[in-house]
Amino acid sequence: MNIEAVKSIYLFEMARTRRTLLQSVVSPVMSTSLYFIVFGAAIGARIQEIDGVSYGAFITPGLMMLTLLTQCIGNGSFGIYFPKFTGTIYEVLSSPISMVEIVLGYVGAAATKGLMIGTIILATASLFVDLSIAHPFVMLFFFVLTAITFSLFGFIIGIWAKDFEQLNLIPMLVVPPLVFLGGSFYSIDMLPPFWRAVSHFNPVLYLISGFRWSFFEISDVNPVASAAIILVFLTLCMSVLTWIFHTGYRLRN
Amino acid sequence: MAPIVSVSNLSKTYASGFKALKGVSLDIEQGEILALLGPNGAGKTTMISIICGIVNASGGDVTVGGHDVVRDFRETRAMIGLVPQELTTDAFETVWNTVSFSRGLHGKKPDPAHIERVLKDLSLWEKKDNMLRELSGGMKRRVLIAKALSHEPRVLFLDEPTAGVDVNLRKSMWDVVRGLRASGVTIILTTHYIEEAEEIADRIAVINGGEILLVEEKAALMTKLGRKQLRVDLAHPLERVPDTLSSYNLTLEGDGHRLIYDYDTSAERTGITALLAALAEAGIRLKDISTRQSSLEDIFVEIVGAAQ
Repeated sequence: MNIEAVKSIYLFEMARTRRTLLQSVVSPVMSTSLYFIVFGAAIGARIQEIDGVSYGAFITPGLMMLTLLTQCIGNGSFGIYFPKFTGTIYEVLSSPISMVEIVLGYVGAAATKGLMIGTIILATASLFVDLSIAHPFVMLFFFVLTAITFSLFGFIIGIWAKDFEQLNLIPMLVVPPLVFLGGSFYSIDMLPPFWRAVSHFNPVLYLISGFRWSFFEISDVNPVASAAIILVFLTLCMSVLTWIFHTGYRLRN
Repeated sequence: MAPIVSVSNLSKTYASGFKALKGVSLDIEQGEILALLGPNGAGKTTMISIICGIVNASGGDVTVGGHDVVRDFRETRAMIGLVPQELTTDAFETVWNTVSFSRGLHGKKPDPAHIERVLKDLSLWEKKDNMLRELSGGMKRRVLIAKALSHEPRVLFLDEPTAGVDVNLRKSMWDVVRGLRASGVTIILTTHYIEEAEEIADRIAVINGGEILLVEEKAALMTKLGRKQLRVDLAHPLERVPDTLSSYNLTLEGDGHRLIYDYDTSAERTGITALLAALAEAGIRLKDISTRQSSLEDIFVEIVGAAQ
């Protein structure tokens, strides 16, 4: 294992976060605070509790997931796309480093950033609403696994993307509807039966539901199903990456 | 001694169907400077990219230091430094960070003293805290060389290192290259400036259309394919070459003011003495005599031209 190389890539990526602190950290915190002010304080005060949880608290796990998904996909894809775009990828490809180590460096950094921002949002949320976490280890399980899985997903997008349009396609057009319709701001019990059934095909519903269960012990779907979905998605991403490394798809062709 | 880099029957067909390499074989000896010459699209960069691990080969084998570049990629890539053709740099990084990053990528522990030495050798020390986007093209080129030297490679690939580089920098770069060779580093360089290859290389390989046309010691190549010309300026112009001189295959140039004689330097008799005597006998008065040796460029054009 080339530990020095993994460390180099990881620290290099983390240094980018420091350089772009405003964009990387302050901006997601700012937008989440706005959500809390609008939905939590202004509108939330007029919305009744959901299963005994105040509306402001209810949306916290969903907002964390929204940010975590967006950030991890964004960081994971940009981290590998940018050297591809500038051409500096030649150096990574000609280094004595296996693809697994490349992933550890890039995806590790992307997941770390996502987790940092998620934590900051949790801290921000606790300023606005009363929060308690019923199952901290389950919460960490969903938090960390989602970060890793979606950073991997982002990494795949970064390898696949041929231009900035493709790079932004999934994070901008696919992720927001899945998150917003995945019960970030409501319980799917509030939906008419047809849309409730449709929602079950949205994988993000399972993530948000499981994550919310770890906070308040309330969920739209069985938390075990949530855990299974995230593990399936993680396996799927790893399989696709294994294929990519095996064939050199868009990297060594 | 076993070659440090051995390429055998290497082929590469890109997804577009373009055959960049068609069964290339080449051995590179330890400690030599090999110049790889060839027109654009000849397959130079593809071959280097496969040896360095950037591109997968379609067929054939490559070993570096006796290790297979695919199976034992950790050993081979740790040995290799690569200076790519394109000026690809991370615009927002500092010189120091980017060069240190390269060392880390190659699995070497940080060694600020080594990085300092490399930067000083390449006259980059004053710029170590500058961001790469603030540097000129020539400076960026030096940074790429510094990155390639950051992990103390045993084999260095220089892909068009002097494209767009001014004369002074070019000279100092060749000093660095000579210094590296003196320390035992094997250097493979591609260039369009044939006079550079002529000046610095030990051996020349010519590649065209994905095939190696020849590999030869530079000196041997120059003697084997190099021709010399004797140019005789005449005091009075001639209308045609006199019949008595027909056996010398002379050509008349400059409105009859100059006779040109091609001869082979490696031949036992060049025929110069006889020619001069024959000229005197024919009553032709000479104004001046000069000789000209064909350059590597002439040889290159001849070889590639013949192959096409």
